[in-house]
Amino acid sequence: MENILKLAKKVAEQAEVFHVSLRETPVGFEANRLKTLETGEATSVSLRIIKNGRIGFATTTGVDRPQELVDMAVETSQFGATAKFELPPAQQYTQVKVYDPSVNAVAIDSMVDMGNSLIARVLDHTPELVCDAEVAMSEVAVNIMNSRGGQASYRKSYFSIGIEGTLIRDTDMLFVHDSDSSCHPIAGIDHIADSVIQQLELARETATVSTGKMPVILTPKGVRSALFTPLALAFNGKMVMEGASPLVGKLGQGIFDTRLSVWDDSTIDFRPASRPCDDEGVPSRRTRLIDNGVVASFLYDLQTAAATGSSSTGNGNRARGGLPTPSISAIVIDEGETTFDEMLRDMQQGLVVEMLIGAEQGNVLGGEFSGNVLLGYRVENGHMVGRVKNTMVSGNIYESLKQVAAIGSAAEWVGGAIKTPAIYLSSLSVASKV
Amino acid sequence: MGKSDKLRDRIAAALKGQNADYIEIHLEERQSSRIQYRGRELEDIGLSTSVGGNARALVNGGWGFVSFNELNGLRDKVAMAVKQARLVGRERSQMAPVEPAVDTVPADVEKDATTIPLSRKKQVLDEYNEIIWSIPKIQTSVIAYGDGRKSLTFANSEGSYIQQAKAGLTIRVVAVARADGDVQQVSLSLGSPGDFDFVCNLHGEVRETAEKAVALLSAPQVKGGEYTVVLDQVLAGVFTHEAFGHLSESDFIYENERMKEIMVLGRKFGEKHLNIVDGAAVPGLRGSYKYDDEGVPSTKTYLIREGVLVGRLHSRETAAKMGESPTGNARAINYGHQPIVRMTNTFIEPQGVSLRDMISDIKEGVYARNWYGGMTSMEMFTFSAGEAYMIRNGRIEEMVRPIVLSGNVFTTLGKIDAIGDDLEMNQGGGCGKGAQSPLPVSNGSPHIRIRDCLVGGK
Repeated sequence: MENILKLAKKVAEQAEVFHVSLRETPVGFEANRLKTLETGEATSVSLRIIKNGRIGFATTTGVDRPQELVDMAVETSQFGATAKFELPPAQQYTQVKVYDPSVNAVAIDSMVDMGNSLIARVLDHTPELVCDAEVAMSEVAVNIMNSRGGQASYRKSYFSIGIEGTLIRDTDMLFVHDSDSSCHPIAGIDHIADSVIQQLELARETATVSTGKMPVILTPKGVRSALFTPLALAFNGKMVMEGASPLVGKLGQGIFDTRLSVWDDSTIDFRPASRPCDDEGVPSRRTRLIDNGVVASFLYDLQTAAATGSSSTGNGNRARGGLPTPSISAIVIDEGETTFDEMLRDMQQGLVVEMLIGAEQGNVLGGEFSGNVLLGYRVENGHMVGRVKNTMVSGNIYESLKQVAAIGSAAEWVGGAIKTPAIYLSSLSVASKV
Repeated sequence: MGKSDKLRDRIAAALKGQNADYIEIHLEERQSSRIQYRGRELEDIGLSTSVGGNARALVNGGWGFVSFNELNGLRDKVAMAVKQARLVGRERSQMAPVEPAVDTVPADVEKDATTIPLSRKKQVLDEYNEIIWSIPKIQTSVIAYGDGRKSLTFANSEGSYIQQAKAGLTIRVVAVARADGDVQQVSLSLGSPGDFDFVCNLHGEVRETAEKAVALLSAPQVKGGEYTVVLDQVLAGVFTHEAFGHLSESDFIYENERMKEIMVLGRKFGEKHLNIVDGAAVPGLRGSYKYDDEGVPSTKTYLIREGVLVGRLHSRETAAKMGESPTGNARAINYGHQPIVRMTNTFIEPQGVSLRDMISDIKEGVYARNWYGGMTSMEMFTFSAGEAYMIRNGRIEEMVRPIVLSGNVFTTLGKIDAIGDDLEMNQGGGCGKGAQSPLPVSNGSPHIRIRDCLVGGK
């Protein structure tokens, strides 16, 4: 790494080397049985330079041909974007705990046992279910070094377990799933089994809803599948800079329900999206996006921040090994005061949505979410009475979150990227085929 | 001795004497470039190279898999995959027999995009950006261009040794228009098996994309409900891929008794006019190749013939377990992943109905064009149109906001009541399955008409 940086400094005003190595061990189960055991090792090294004021970029899988990497970066810099920023200097990072050595100490045998017992518990409830599952551990080491003396490195451990079950009756297919992830080893499987079993219980009966407007409760999983992408795009500083986000010019304005408060947070200890700094070496932080309904701030990397006269929020992320670009770390939505049962009782008639498919295919930039209800339940007289099928919901975050009926009192993590309570929307369009 | 002979010897040495039912080794070298514009400016330009590989072993029905960037110690890596497979295996290994092949396959491309200077690529993209920004009310835009070339080496314990070169490129143009806080976007996704000339003459398409984004600002939203819909070739291709293609991937079926009952060959899915095909042996497309990632020769497979399920897509393992022939559909996105059953080039075969006839007797319906995305859960699927128009009294009328269509595979295919005469393949899509995305595929269809299709909306 030092060698690449040294060579790059000879030809460029600024240079930065980003090195990641990953080792992962997933254990895979297919059709209720152990099927595959893998070990993956992957390394990538990326070089970003600023030469004659322009950004050049190249990436490769090994550090053995440093001059080649420098030459490629120089070639691209002739055409690159004008750099508006300076790389961060040496600094102290606040500690964010994301490495637990005990993850690496988990034996393959116990991962196999976890998968087997999870499947066994779920099958005990519904013997005809066919399950795929994965238990995985991994360790990633990140090193960043730049020509202004900036230097950051950290290790992160990661453990995950997930299950998806398919239940087929005639041509009716029911999909149930749940997963959990952490930087700690995950101790037990009961919470995942319980959640899948609850889905099976609720979906035991089928029910129909009529086409029209109705109140809808998005469970935490439902919030993930309906609202995550439109929210993540809306607060992306680059979308705002270009005027593509509907939130342009709305900073400081109350355009959402006053009970709604949303954060981006990469500083929570032992969460998979956390880390001491972003992929440019800017310290991680907790950024308020919506403060009691008011648009509070947007998310930036170095380049976008410099172009808009703001400062980086530590959201410079490199997707697929490319240049950093602003993106969400983890969305955290503050809890409200209403329990799930209170929501059901208040609603009387309506729909509970656990999972949508296709919601991210519409005009998400405009805030829209429209998808087929993969798992959702009809509510009648305040009770969930059965699973709905062949049903679509459509909404827009700028209308639906303007006035919500209630926000749930129990937030939970859905995957690594969002922690949210249930959100009860007073009225959504539902189209159904009976 | 040449470089490739040495490699072959190293691989042979790594495979020799390992105690497994089956072993394969993949090695891959890749070069790629990408250029992305955001708004008026070039935002991101980059070059990348990678070298990596994997060893995959089968013992007693269990799989072990080791992937790496460092090619040294290949024999130890193979041994580790064998050891893992042995830990997993509890039954009899089953792989459909395939004749071992020794072959070298060059990339099927005339003007390989990876050999074109960056300055030339930028010049073409600059022209497109000029066009987009010449349209009033455009708020921002994205042009994302990427090309790549890879050399793949495949060897297995049965004596196959195959070297294949593959190339590919994609271009995506997104135009975003804005007025009074309303944001609308239209996108164009195209691709080719690596030929640069393909991206040089898209001026008309790019202009149209930008103009449509602006036109959407004043378009109303369709009312949700059931409609007769007519799909253009691009969208019908996505529909074919989503609604049916994924269901014919045998890894969803082979160990699931109930799925086998549902997907029993001979089941009627549609009317006589419906024929659906998948095949990498269909030449010249992004999903085309000579051998899949298990060294199985590609084929052209009828999935539905005259409305009836007649075939499905296989890896060697799924074919053996279902007692059917392998189809050459085991594919991995790169060396970091195991090959799984995937589609290649999937399409509905053309029939004789013209678009005009298809529309003429529709009183109120929707004409949906262009691809935005699609997703399936096997039984239910959704796919979204980039553009849509109302059809009234046999005529295509006003533009409406983009729509999401949704259906159920067991009923929707049977509701296709007209198939056009104008097959076109779209190569801009990438398919995702599990953690492996985007895999180069192509989809296509003539115009088709579907009755009682569920459309999300106001």
